[in-house]
Amino acid sequence: MTPNAQPALSEATFALALVLLLLAPLAIAGLALINTGLGRSRSAAQSLLGGLAIVAVAAIVFALIGATLTGTSNGASHIFHLSGKPWNWLGKGPFLLNGFATAPAQSQLEIMFEFLAVALAAIIPWGTGADRLRLTAGCAIAAILAAIVFPLLARWVWAGGWLSQLGLNFSLGSGFLDPAGAATIHVLGGLSALAVTWTAGPRRGKFPQGGFATAMPGHHAIYILFGCLLALSGWLAFNAAGAILWMHAPLSTIPVTAINTLLSASGAVAATFAVTRFRFGKPDASLCANGWLTGLVASSASAALVTPMQALVVGVVAGIMTPLLVEFLELAVSIDDPSGAISVHAAGGLWGLIAAGVFAPQPGQLVAQIVGIATLLGLILPLVYLLFLLLNRIIPFRVDPDGERIGMDLHELGGGAYPEFVIHRDDSYR
Amino acid sequence: MKFAGLLVMPAGFFLTIAALILFPASHASARAAFVLCGLAVEALGLVVAVRGHMEAQGKSRS
Repeated sequence: MTPNAQPALSEATFALALVLLLLAPLAIAGLALINTGLGRSRSAAQSLLGGLAIVAVAAIVFALIGATLTGTSNGASHIFHLSGKPWNWLGKGPFLLNGFATAPAQSQLEIMFEFLAVALAAIIPWGTGADRLRLTAGCAIAAILAAIVFPLLARWVWAGGWLSQLGLNFSLGSGFLDPAGAATIHVLGGLSALAVTWTAGPRRGKFPQGGFATAMPGHHAIYILFGCLLALSGWLAFNAAGAILWMHAPLSTIPVTAINTLLSASGAVAATFAVTRFRFGKPDASLCANGWLTGLVASSASAALVTPMQALVVGVVAGIMTPLLVEFLELAVSIDDPSGAISVHAAGGLWGLIAAGVFAPQPGQLVAQIVGIATLLGLILPLVYLLFLLLNRIIPFRVDPDGERIGMDLHELGGGAYPEFVIHRDDSYR
Repeated sequence: MKFAGLLVMPAGFFLTIAALILFPASHASARAAFVLCGLAVEALGLVVAVRGHMEAQGKSRS
């Protein structure tokens, strides 16, 4: 239960980190727009309202429960000893953020970062459940993630938990490195998206009997692409703030982190553009947007650790794998993921974590990253799926067939997002 | 089948933890190999879970 000693932040560093965190919600806004654009027009209002509701629920539940379990890197924690090594597994923060206003500057910023991170993580599976996931189910999923799963991961990875101490206790590089949430936000969100689609099933008509998967393209390319640009601003803020808070990076390294973020996204979108141009004859707008996002997601793990050229390589690999994986999941594995969250967030995050280990100079860093990945796949995915299965018994995830037919906007909100436009009939319901 | 795969995945995780506990830092390569084996078991579990999902999907195609 010993607190971890962390260096105090200077006033300039505190001010910069605070400003960056105030810009970070742009990533959430970007993702909400992308989710909406990739869904159907008759579910657009429900999708964006769901984004707002999920952010609200995640923030409230994290304040009530999650922040206490996460704690801070300077605070007390629950530790057990195994094989003579301490395993810091749960935080022991003040209940209901008691004393938050007078906490040290580092602790305040850590909690603020985690609030934004949990909101971003919770909104990721919402895009995957587009056109069939009920609003209450989306909020309940956010509550589960914010109360149980995210606090565990945030503790282990950021706030002095056992994964971050792998270097100290087991001589594995600098411990599991994830400065901007590739694991705690994106892989968690992506694996939750997989659990959502396993629990809720595909949209009606997506996989017709004896036929190929039906194409159900997103309804608004402008939302999708503008969301990508918004997300860039948010990601720059997240990556820079994460480097300051969790890696104690000096301010002189922050411009490189920002450039690496941009290069990773740029390499990724260029690669996706080339792959889709080669495969389909023309570049695909929504897949290029997914490629851009995957580059950003991969940069969450690696931007603060690699050189600009390495960041470009990370992005190019992310951009090549995204369209191939989206196609594989839909056509070969029968997974209906309208927003591509599993390919973008889960696979992109895992690739970023591996790249951080491959390019890091410390010996043993790659093994530390693999232990972190094994934790995500071996512990977090089954846990999330089990929790979602139980939750689905209490609050059914899926809307009834009639709701799916008329669209989530009319069914859940009583009005559409585009009342002056005629929404065309869906052939898949004939 | 999906549940069988999901049960195998935590087994892989505990293998990686066992690698950390059983092998000292001086046996870095053996420890890394053991950790990779744990990850491979998880990958196997994931493949079984995905196959289970595909089977269930095939039965309930609309």
